Amino acid sequence: MTEEKHILTMLVDNEPGVLSRIVGLFSGRGFNIESLCVAETIDPQVSRITIVTKANEPLVEQIEKQLRKLINVIKLRDLTGSGSVQREMALVCVRAKPENRDEILRIVDIFRCKVVDVGSEYYIIEATGTEDKMKALINLLKPMGIKKIARTGTIALFREPH
Amino acid sequence: MKLTGAQILMEVLKEEGVDSIFGFPGGATIDIHDRLETTDIRHYLVRHEQGAVHAADGYARVTGKVGVCLVTSGPGATNAVTGVATAYMDSIPVVIISGQVPTHLIGNDAFQEVDIVGITRPCTKHNYLVPSVEELPRILKEAFHIARSGRPGPVLVDIPKNVQQASTNFKPKQKVKLKSYNPTYKPNSKQLRKVVELIKSAKRPVIFAGGGVILSKGAEALTKLARSARIPVTTSLMGLGAFPGSDPLSLGMIGMHGTYRANMSTGECDLLIGIGVRFDDRVTGKTDCFAAQAEIVHIDIDPTSIRKNVPVSIPVVGDCQTTLEVINSFLAEEDLDKLTAIRGPWLDQIEAWKQNFKLSYVQEEVIKPQYVVEKLYELTRGDAIITTEVGQNQMWAAQFYLFDHPGRFVTSGGLGTMGFGLPAAIGAQVAFPDALVVDVAGDGSIQMNIQEMATAVQYKLPVKVVILNNCYLGMVRQWQELFYDKRYACTCMDHAPDFVKLAEAFGAVGLRATRPDEVETVLRRGLETPGPVIMDFRVAKEECVYPMVPAGAPITEMLLV
Repeated sequence: MTEEKHILTMLVDNEPGVLSRIVGLFSGRGFNIESLCVAETIDPQVSRITIVTKANEPLVEQIEKQLRKLINVIKLRDLTGSGSVQREMALVCVRAKPENRDEILRIVDIFRCKVVDVGSEYYIIEATGTEDKMKALINLLKPMGIKKIARTGTIALFREPH
Repeated sequence: MKLTGAQILMEVLKEEGVDSIFGFPGGATIDIHDRLETTDIRHYLVRHEQGAVHAADGYARVTGKVGVCLVTSGPGATNAVTGVATAYMDSIPVVIISGQVPTHLIGNDAFQEVDIVGITRPCTKHNYLVPSVEELPRILKEAFHIARSGRPGPVLVDIPKNVQQASTNFKPKQKVKLKSYNPTYKPNSKQLRKVVELIKSAKRPVIFAGGGVILSKGAEALTKLARSARIPVTTSLMGLGAFPGSDPLSLGMIGMHGTYRANMSTGECDLLIGIGVRFDDRVTGKTDCFAAQAEIVHIDIDPTSIRKNVPVSIPVVGDCQTTLEVINSFLAEEDLDKLTAIRGPWLDQIEAWKQNFKLSYVQEEVIKPQYVVEKLYELTRGDAIITTEVGQNQMWAAQFYLFDHPGRFVTSGGLGTMGFGLPAAIGAQVAFPDALVVDVAGDGSIQMNIQEMATAVQYKLPVKVVILNNCYLGMVRQWQELFYDKRYACTCMDHAPDFVKLAEAFGAVGLRATRPDEVETVLRRGLETPGPVIMDFRVAKEECVYPMVPAGAPITEMLLV
């Protein structure tokens, strides 16, 4: 059975130890985490956790069931596919040699990114988009010299009906 | 009403109907133990915290109520962990109260501080560190609710010392409100219609019942279904007693040390109805070959159990008892009449397996351990509560003692915890002071919690310990004999204490049998003696448990006597 990427999003109690329960479940049962994002929702008592995992069909079923079984998981949804909006964010510190600066700014423009910090030799670029867009952007910037990079995992929301 | 944290705990314990607690005090529980003395709740002082949890666990298994234990912070709590994991693996409702250092010291590596909530997170159904006395009543009520509902399990509540001492207004009988925790008790009746159709058409059905049937008090409904629809029943180790072991439709236990007929009929059946089971690897052997000809129906209250280990044709999430009752109500009299004829050849086949491959052993000059269990069954007329340690003693008890009622066989099935039997027997005896409670033990595992004999003597709990003493860690030795060219690495235990003298040292009675003709006399004397007794049976040293399915093999490929 083939492994596929799944975006699992869940609402959880915003309490100490809850993230640890979820992460512990993944490590204890040998499930995989590709990325993980956590932040409070509009209700301060509730947080949203988004986990990207790679698993085959029966395994993802098992992962979802095990997560739902946790007392602190209020709601869980698999947001894989086009029914949801998915975004990642990255801060990329790229070497900006005088001869590369135009090219970098062109890429920033095409990818609808922003230069958020300008140093004497480096730009810091802020980018958001899908995972594929992030990968493409990073590939284009790589030849210029990426000094450091900070990326988030995927966050996602289910699309509302039209 | 303004109460301290310790007083609130007493109030909630009373509300929850707790009559007995197993515990061991320490600096971080003094306030609770101090209050406990002023109530009617009996506190049993164990000799090691592992014993406290096993005793609470044994109490829960025989009563169906929540067992409660109380341990102090740091080492008290870590000592309890094996007990917690044992209860977790077997889905036993236990509430563990642990003391904790005061909140302002948490994280400071204070004396006897340990992050027990962190340690027990993967082996509890849920756990809490109580942040303030205001939160205590809610958390305690939730703990009991979570422990006993759905698929039961242990819940640990860690109460810092200053929370025990602080006061707050206490409102009695608070309702539990949990946002997302809502176990599914009522099964989907559409699914059950399909199950009923399969029951009516199957030529070679088998019911495979587990601990969930006992936990949900579904034994009666299961027995009704099996007898009326003429379906033979095999059980997991945890399911022994869910269906009468002496019933002609009983196949006995399934799995690695299951009976020939149970394993063969699972291999040959065309319908397997798993109820309250989780298809553990000790049951299924090689999963590809498990019930390969059958449609598998799986009924369980825990959705994670379903499709975890084996593919299932019809999954049913629901309480076992409720589900069985609905199935029974769907089966009409006229359907049932037809079934007797349809099932005939299948039941004949099973009877042939039963006659040709009985559980057996060869009588010799030395005492055979199976003979001791058989005699125990005979003398107690199958009416005792049997607890076991883990290993060969456990398997022989499971094979040669037939359980006709639920809650009579108390064993560590999932975790396989040596040292479980004696403290569990103490818990069972506390629950039923007049019952005959016997711990079937090995010489290895009894030494793991032997200190609890002092508890039994102190509280005049007349538990009987039957040691099948073969001077070996017998089950591992058996694997070494069969799969490691008889290299008995580290399994010989020829420096055990003199168990008779040890019993006497504890203030109990010790008896010994070394020849087969002494077995019955010693058992009779031991069972008739008031108070706790240790019986030391010197049994054949290199006896193996058969049938045996080698790990990872299909369960139909058994090594036989």
